Amino acid sequence: MRNVPAYLDHASTAVLHPAAREALLAALDDGWADPARLYRDARRARMLLDASRETVAAVLGARPDEVSFTSSGTHAAQLAILGAAGARRRSGTRMLVSAVEHSCVLHAARWHENAGGTVDTVGVDRFGRVDPAGFTPPPGTALASLQHANHEVATIQPVAAVADVLHTAGVPLHVDAAMSAGRIPVDVVALGADLLSASAHKFGGPAGVGILVVRTGRRWRNPLPTDEREGGRAGGFPNVAAIVATAAALHARTIEIADETPRLAGYVERLRTRLPHLVADVELLGDPDPAGRLPHLLTFSCLYVDGEALLGELDRAGIAVSSGSSCTSDALTPSHVLAAMGALTQGNIRVSFGRESDGADVDALLAVLPEAVARVRERAGAVGL
Amino acid sequence: MRSADHSDRDDRDTSWNGTRLTVDARGRRCPLPIIELARRIRDIDVGADLQLWADDPAAAHDVPAWCRMRVQELISTRKLPGGGTAYLVRRLS
Repeated sequence: MRNVPAYLDHASTAVLHPAAREALLAALDDGWADPARLYRDARRARMLLDASRETVAAVLGARPDEVSFTSSGTHAAQLAILGAAGARRRSGTRMLVSAVEHSCVLHAARWHENAGGTVDTVGVDRFGRVDPAGFTPPPGTALASLQHANHEVATIQPVAAVADVLHTAGVPLHVDAAMSAGRIPVDVVALGADLLSASAHKFGGPAGVGILVVRTGRRWRNPLPTDEREGGRAGGFPNVAAIVATAAALHARTIEIADETPRLAGYVERLRTRLPHLVADVELLGDPDPAGRLPHLLTFSCLYVDGEALLGELDRAGIAVSSGSSCTSDALTPSHVLAAMGALTQGNIRVSFGRESDGADVDALLAVLPEAVARVRERAGAVGL
Repeated sequence: MRSADHSDRDDRDTSWNGTRLTVDARGRRCPLPIIELARRIRDIDVGADLQLWADDPAAAHDVPAWCRMRVQELISTRKLPGGGTAYLVRRLS
């Protein structure tokens, strides 16, 4: 299925989990009918949908009626943010977001701003972490949004402490758990999340399914026209088979991660130890303390290196990674995450492991990267600097 | 480091008057302005300053990062009238 010898971009999208594949194929046959109708095949689709909701709710520590399935993680985050902000308009129009949120959260915040709202951006330290005190809400704050863990540098945010600060002032928190769900435990109660969103394809589910949690009693109003689907929270005919596969993947991940975490963390640790010896002028990014970051991801930047050229060198060697350097973005601006951290943005590489990764992937990267960096530097005339 | 949007005040800032060397890297994309900076700073004495002119958006982040990694000092920045930013960098090592 994978044609890449070393797929090291699991943070962009995970490989479809075998449990999800199996569930997807079975549910295509069993769950094809309209779950809103009243005949045998429809009831079976409804049953599959409800069972999936119960599974996902149990994993996330939520009630089933708090969970809705959307058409993507982006859609879930947009609905969470705009729905809560709209419902709390009378309390205020200010929104707090961290500077290192995923672009889908920042785009929703921009939308809120264009609709007449105000957005305050909370800065981060050099590891990409917010200070909970930065989320002390000014009067008139409708909502705050904070990621559970950062998608580029793996830093885990102090979400529960931020939730405490907000709740003291009666302000709800949306938690973007797209990077953390299926990688580390995610529990809406422990996090203090009033709303939460996640994305199936990030943890081995299929693309096209997002998870939206709206906790009971929280003010929320669908910012879009509603129908009877998903409790009025996400309109349109649900992709039952993909939702069943999502639940299967998330459930399988909760069982796997205890064994998998130390294995993947070991790969990351090996890279963190070896890279500074193998590549001159490399800056490892993110929290050096393993307890403060996701286990499966490492980002680093190489001085005097064109990120796009380096991606090309690695691709030719069969290594798939991603980059936050400006030359790899359409807008020619570097990653807003790296910028907010004050990190070097050139020659940036994000390496992310998954359940299929093994030690040979690490070997391949360590074997190829030093010469690839040297070639790119040489072509740019950056030798002996 | 001072914020880049105080151009009026920075124009009267005497710290810009002592620079002998100006490196114009406008029109060059990341990482070339930083490579130019690293190459040309060797042409000035320790304690002296140079100006790097760059209009690549990444330079706003990578000039301070380079100074931190290479133990040099970013003294000030200012907007250039024709677009881009001037970075005043002191050689410390």
